Amino acid sequence: MRNLSRTLGTAVFAAALMISAAGCKKKAPIVNTPPPTTAAPTTPSEPPPAAPLAVRINSFTGEPRSIERGQSATLRWSVGNSTDISIDQNLGAVAANGTRQVFPSQTTTYTLTAKGGGAQDTRSVTIEVSSSVPPPPPRPAGPAVSPGDILGRDAQDVYFDYDKNDIRADGRDTLTKDADVIKRILAADPGFTIVIEGHCDERGSEEYNLALGDRRAIAVKEFLVQLGVPEDRLKTISFGKERPVCTDQDEACYQRNRRGHLAPAQ
Amino acid sequence: MKIKLILASLCALAAGAIFLAGQEQIVGRVSDKIQKSKIAVIDFRGAGDAQKFMATFNTTLWDELNNSGRLEMVGKTFYPLEVPQQPQDFKPPTTAASVRRGDPPHIVKNGPWLTDWSGPPTNANYLVFGYTAVQDGRLLLRGFLFNVGQPDVASAQLIGKLYFGSLDEDGSKKVAREFAADILQQFGIKSLAGTKIYFVSDRSGNKEIWSMDYDGSNQKQMTNYKTISKDPAVSPDGKMFAFHTLTKTGWQIMVHSVETGKKLPFYNMVTSTIETPEFAPDGQHMLFSATVDGWLQVCMTDLNGGNLVRLSHVRALEVSPKVDPKNKREVLFISGRSGIEQLWKMSIDGGDVERVTNGEGYVANPSWRPDGQTIAFAWTRGFEPGAYNIFVMDLASKQYTQLTSNSGKNESPFWAPDGVHLVYQSTPTRGRAAQIYTMLADGTHQQKVTTQGDNTQPVWSNAIN
Repeated sequence: MRNLSRTLGTAVFAAALMISAAGCKKKAPIVNTPPPTTAAPTTPSEPPPAAPLAVRINSFTGEPRSIERGQSATLRWSVGNSTDISIDQNLGAVAANGTRQVFPSQTTTYTLTAKGGGAQDTRSVTIEVSSSVPPPPPRPAGPAVSPGDILGRDAQDVYFDYDKNDIRADGRDTLTKDADVIKRILAADPGFTIVIEGHCDERGSEEYNLALGDRRAIAVKEFLVQLGVPEDRLKTISFGKERPVCTDQDEACYQRNRRGHLAPAQ
Repeated sequence: MKIKLILASLCALAAGAIFLAGQEQIVGRVSDKIQKSKIAVIDFRGAGDAQKFMATFNTTLWDELNNSGRLEMVGKTFYPLEVPQQPQDFKPPTTAASVRRGDPPHIVKNGPWLTDWSGPPTNANYLVFGYTAVQDGRLLLRGFLFNVGQPDVASAQLIGKLYFGSLDEDGSKKVAREFAADILQQFGIKSLAGTKIYFVSDRSGNKEIWSMDYDGSNQKQMTNYKTISKDPAVSPDGKMFAFHTLTKTGWQIMVHSVETGKKLPFYNMVTSTIETPEFAPDGQHMLFSATVDGWLQVCMTDLNGGNLVRLSHVRALEVSPKVDPKNKREVLFISGRSGIEQLWKMSIDGGDVERVTNGEGYVANPSWRPDGQTIAFAWTRGFEPGAYNIFVMDLASKQYTQLTSNSGKNESPFWAPDGVHLVYQSTPTRGRAAQIYTMLADGTHQQKVTTQGDNTQPVWSNAIN
């Protein structure tokens, strides 16, 4: 505590010194400024007249002078004998000496105005902006990832045994995760509807497979509803063996086709 | 008129007996060989410009008779050298007095005669002959059918008839088919000419319903829903066809007029899947399978979808109801109620449920023979799941015969109205596209009738349009 107050005291003292030093510096140019050249030769023996010191812009530059759209340029200036200095193009009041980074979208002329003692001085600098490189496309409207994308990315297919519609142990794990995905989507978009597709492998008959796919989709729906997914957000459709994901005639491919798949409703 | 009288009396005896024998044997033991009549068919020749179309004519006539499966075609290499073209060409042999006294009188041959055909090496029972010519810019066929076992020309003639067609390939096919149909009718064989086969084809880019003639000609797209349309069925009068289509709300039944191609009203119940529509043979009802309480169940409605009755009440999948066309009461259907799907039957009010197949293998696609006694279906019995073959079964005795083997996957059998042919789909082993075939109910005469795209689920219209 004691250390802290001593540190604080030192800081306050240092700050006071800095402020007074700054004040001295501000006055210095007024004292040291040589008399105007016009007054000097007339009466060298006489003291200088009490006329106000002239406002003077020592320099005002822009670097680089030429940029491509989207790049920046730096304005740099130095002004004497003025406390009322501003730059147009909405840059406003500035100090006597300074820099400012600007991002003009087209060729722009910046004008520095310094006023003082009823006089003023101005100087301008122009930054050339070329638009040879086309601008980037506008940002897409709306959110970047749709609920359908999230469903497609995060929901997993659930697989079935041949000629069966029971949810297997691995299917329960899959559907438990899928239910979480669906709930997350519905939290953000309560109107979102999901269609559960039932699919079969190519071996069963066309007619029975369509019935089996229908039953598989319903089994998936019943399981998701048990896990708290609102029933009215889930539709079912069977594709039988109309939409296989692979066409090899082996068990690995048959298993991939015996599936329940979650898709956004049209 | 005279011809007709003779014809009628002869047929009642000879051909009628053949007809009955053939039919009864098919019913009893389907695989048994039928006692077939032996028939010789000459190569017809044409006078003048008609000759250009005779190759087509002769092929068509031979195929029509041969594909009936009910006649034994005598090979042309066994025919006598002198071939008749009209009845006058037959010259009866005369008896000459013996040269030496005591010898029996001997027979003098004066030209072609019936016994040239009935005797060895031809040994035919029947002879088909005639010729074509051009008359008034049209193709004229004079066609004859003779029973060569008869003693004279007058009693031998069963058919002597004129047929007319356009003077081109189509005209020659037309007269050949009409003549063949008349010949087949003499043997009690119902010609399939004029019947239609409806089927599913994806050749337009989507599965749509198509129709064609019994021999694969005149293939025509009947629907244009551009989603998935399948499960075709035809009404008993042949005027409507039904199928199901994937719509935005699920699978729904559609009924179309054959004549106009337009959709007719059918009110679908609100559910996810409705499939396998079937016109009841009474012409008043529609049967189908629909999702009720979470399972596909057999249902029946009026023709427009009203007055829904649920026929089955089980927690099992049931599809493909098919009603006995004869007694109109028994319904065959596929059910998973005993585990893997089998063929079952019940009465049309939902009672008397009984399993038809013995629990082996997977069963699909039941079809009734028009007599209501024999059925056909696809079965994997004795094979891996998915390896379907066509079987026929006598429903009373449950005796069955396998008709296809070693030819990939064979499914969707459907009886022709003649009760002798079946149409079905066949997918080659390791192949993807199925094609439609016809065959005889003993598994012979397998004929491919489609080639383009994937062609499935054929159904044979009973009516001649």
